[in-house]
Amino acid sequence: MSITRKAVAALFVTGALAAGLAGCAGTPGTPGAAGSGTLTVFAAASLKATFTTLVAEFEGKNPGTKVVLSFAGSSDLATQITQGAPADVFASADTKNMAKLSDAKLLDGTASNFATNVLTIAVPPANPASISSFADLAKPGVKVVVCASQVPCGAATDAVEKATGTTLTPVSEESSVTDVLGKVTSGEADAGLVYVTDVKGAGDKVKGIPFAQSDQAVNTYPIATVGSSKNKELAAAFIALVTGSEGRKTLGDAGFGTP
Amino acid sequence: MDHANNSAYQAIPRWVYALAAAGGLFVLLPLAAMVARVNWPQFIPLITSDASLTALGLSLRTSAASTLLCIVFGVPLALVLARGQFPGQRVLRAFVLLPLVLPPVVGGIALLYTFGRQGLLGKSLEIAGIQIAFSTTAVVLAQTFVALPFLVVSLEGALRTAGTKYEAVAATLGARPTTVLRRVTVPLVLPGLASGAVLSFARSLGEFGATLTFAGSLQGVTRTLPLEIYLQRETDADAAVALSLVLVAVAVLVVGLSYRRGRAWIPAEAAQ
Repeated sequence: MSITRKAVAALFVTGALAAGLAGCAGTPGTPGAAGSGTLTVFAAASLKATFTTLVAEFEGKNPGTKVVLSFAGSSDLATQITQGAPADVFASADTKNMAKLSDAKLLDGTASNFATNVLTIAVPPANPASISSFADLAKPGVKVVVCASQVPCGAATDAVEKATGTTLTPVSEESSVTDVLGKVTSGEADAGLVYVTDVKGAGDKVKGIPFAQSDQAVNTYPIATVGSSKNKELAAAFIALVTGSEGRKTLGDAGFGTP
Repeated sequence: MDHANNSAYQAIPRWVYALAAAGGLFVLLPLAAMVARVNWPQFIPLITSDASLTALGLSLRTSAASTLLCIVFGVPLALVLARGQFPGQRVLRAFVLLPLVLPPVVGGIALLYTFGRQGLLGKSLEIAGIQIAFSTTAVVLAQTFVALPFLVVSLEGALRTAGTKYEAVAATLGARPTTVLRRVTVPLVLPGLASGAVLSFARSLGEFGATLTFAGSLQGVTRTLPLEIYLQRETDADAAVALSLVLVAVAVLVVGLSYRRGRAWIPAEAAQ
């Protein structure tokens, strides 16, 4: 089902790119006038809100440009780019998936780190299990949902468990942080380990409970131009916006840290 | 395999063959591409790892349980739909068949709001000390939800094709309705019931979306083979491909079995 959607999206992106290239004439010069055309940005799902805002800003500053955003899990996106998906910019939620592309010589230049994210405890607004610390998550009877070790948020969870010496017995190990958040917002779980930005983005549907040891597992977000991009100037201009002061402010408002 | 009711006219235009070949390739090619990507030297270690075997075992056990539930509730449903006469019959049929066309994730959300902790029935169940979320029971419920229509459709078709002559005769000879059902109807439609059950099993085995949404994912408890494949894909493409091949093999086996068991399962006549 999602494969079909991806295929359709890929077709659409290809078409849009072809149409965009016809009218593309990059003019080097001042940032903010980097040229026109279509830019395809593959970004980690956790960047959805911030990148949507930043793209609106970017398109406003560069009349004639159109940015196509594709959000998914970082490893899915890295796989798609490896298989030839037409991306100009890749923003990953971890350095591991960016390294995959860099090792395969699929990047143009090197990646720059633009944000960090740390874990926090998300509980339903009423906090039914009275969670107030990381150690509370290991209390018997508390239904905790975490990410599986195979995905970045799960690797971060493992690191925090190690640092705190607390062993969790989760009722579920999900494949994505959004699934963890979903189990908390629906009230099925008493608590879940998600990123601080997820809690901020969920509004009053969940309550965040920060814990000191979260700095033991800081996720770094890198961004880079994809080597096969036909619009590297526009890509560079977009990356400059994300890593610059405007990007910093939007990301900071959403709860991201500075690398 | 030739059937007596085939008419003598068998000329199919050549272009139909060409399109049929393209259609066949469309299904076979991706499977072949996957087989080509299997890391054969590592195949056995990959599919016999602890996580893989646990997931396969859980999948087989939950699918067997949900097939049983499908028979327990699907047979009466099919009987009522094929033989009964009551207002709202068409509406009931439409709703029973709904999971066939619903995206499984929608089924998962619906189940969550029914049996979840905050759900319609879940609250009362929780007071009674029964917790369904994050348990193997949740997996079985999700599988039953998506697989039930397969059994109902196959069996309803078989019941309609079989007609009611024999039942009528048995009734005139003094057999009670339950006796007629047990001694006449069920034996008559047994092939249809068997292939419906096999299809339900296959559908349960492949269930992913509803399980992920409703039951969660924990090794040995709720992480069935499709969920394990989805997770392995994140880090270990070889393991994901190897496990996919296992699932394909089981599916081929099941579909082959269902074809051999009887030909009454073609649901077209009942799908109206």
